[in-house]
Amino acid sequence: MQGIVSYGSYVPKYRIKPEEIARVWGEDPDNIKNGIFILSKSVPAPDEDVATISVEAARRALLRGKIDPKDIGAIYIGSESHPYAVKPTATIVASAIGADFRMFAADYEFACKAGTAAMQNVLAMVDSGMIKYGMAIGADTSQGAPGDALEYSASAGGTAFIIGKENVIAEIKHTLSVTSDTPDFWRREGQPYPTHGERFTGEPAYFRHTLSAARGIMEKAGTEPKDYKYVILHQPNGKFPTRAAKTLGFTEEQYKTGLLTPYIGNTYSAAMMNGLSAVLDIASPGDKILAVSFGSGAGSDGFHIEVTDNYEKMDVKSAPTMAEILSNTEFLDYAVYAKFKKKIVMGEELE
Amino acid sequence: MGELSRIWRESDHRYRLIGHVCRNCNTVYFPPRDICPTCHRDSVGKMEEIQLSGKGSIFSYTVVHDAPPAFRRQRPYIIALIKLDEGPTLTAQIVDTKPENVSSGKRVHAVFRKIREDGSGGILQYGYKFVIDEPPKA
Ligand SMILES: [Zn+2]
Repeated sequence: MQGIVSYGSYVPKYRIKPEEIARVWGEDPDNIKNGIFILSKSVPAPDEDVATISVEAARRALLRGKIDPKDIGAIYIGSESHPYAVKPTATIVASAIGADFRMFAADYEFACKAGTAAMQNVLAMVDSGMIKYGMAIGADTSQGAPGDALEYSASAGGTAFIIGKENVIAEIKHTLSVTSDTPDFWRREGQPYPTHGERFTGEPAYFRHTLSAARGIMEKAGTEPKDYKYVILHQPNGKFPTRAAKTLGFTEEQYKTGLLTPYIGNTYSAAMMNGLSAVLDIASPGDKILAVSFGSGAGSDGFHIEVTDNYEKMDVKSAPTMAEILSNTEFLDYAVYAKFKKKIVMGEELE
Repeated sequence: MGELSRIWRESDHRYRLIGHVCRNCNTVYFPPRDICPTCHRDSVGKMEEIQLSGKGSIFSYTVVHDAPPAFRRQRPYIIALIKLDEGPTLTAQIVDTKPENVSSGKRVHAVFRKIREDGSGGILQYGYKFVIDEPPKA
């Protein structure tokens, strides 16, 4: 039986409200707020990036699981905002947690589902006996062009899952992926901001893939929506996952715990993983969880997860819970936000 | 390349707060030292690596307003002398807070942050900074 042994999350402290962004760009704040259902989004400090966020999440996962970093046989990190174009974030994280020299490591890229692709990969390596424990991280510090619709949602955060066969707190019983070539969202090499194919973002991209993966998993597991205590879907805004969950036949009671985008924005590769982290904070043995990520381009990864009796042995509060993380915040105005996110360009010699 | 070599050489102790302990007198040093300045010859072969907890308290601090260009996005920033629970004192930046929240004696813990960017094409340097502990919620 393999699955999640431990987990840890990190979200930067700073927040900005959509009203503040709308004020600068002359848009109707109520229109924006209601249109995307985002009340605030996280903003990384100037000295935070995917490497620092990943390290914090990884350390919290090791702490909570009381796991020796030398037992981590693989580290895979999914992100679309890796600090280097060439030099894996996984090398920095491995060094920062004190992992062994002999270890599997790489960075993954598949828009917002790169972190869950890493989970599937680590799961397979554990299942085959290649490694004892593996770490899968989803982290992003995403950017939307100033004034673009994405600027209201693109945020920062990360979650690390340690996957293994011993002391599993949440068994991953089934996983599957769906993939197609869809032009909903992309970023060319060297471009600072992404481009979205407006008419593709909803139905042919997010809904088609997310709903298919969710239905596929339930078919595989022989389950129905009512069998699950929790459902977590990729959440580019507060609206899409709510609509998708209702379409599938889930209730608010099932999706509200894992829906974090209204408070922290779209954390991209971390979005579904952060939601799962929040659910694991308050889960009970026997709970069934359906989790589906979505990555533009496009594809979805689905997971059927069951919380085990081992869960009771873990001290959840030995690392910051999502509720604690979300309660420690400081709000920024647009000017400071623009300075932090390097939307104000100072020139090469000054940085 | 000398700078790059130094960054690489120091990455273990900067990334993970690895210090040295003298097993002759049990004094902990950070950054690591090959010889104990108290025990000299008696410490040879007795200096061992030690993982520091990253927990400590602010001993003193200063608020830097006249920031070098690379720190202008963080101005004013706070540099503090931090006394680690294991004994050694080190100098580090305090982040995620405002100067008015900083005072001597406050408990802090180490976080992993970006220290420097060498232009838009150079190496990124990471290491420890400190954050003030959140008071326990009532
Ligand atoms: Zn000594």
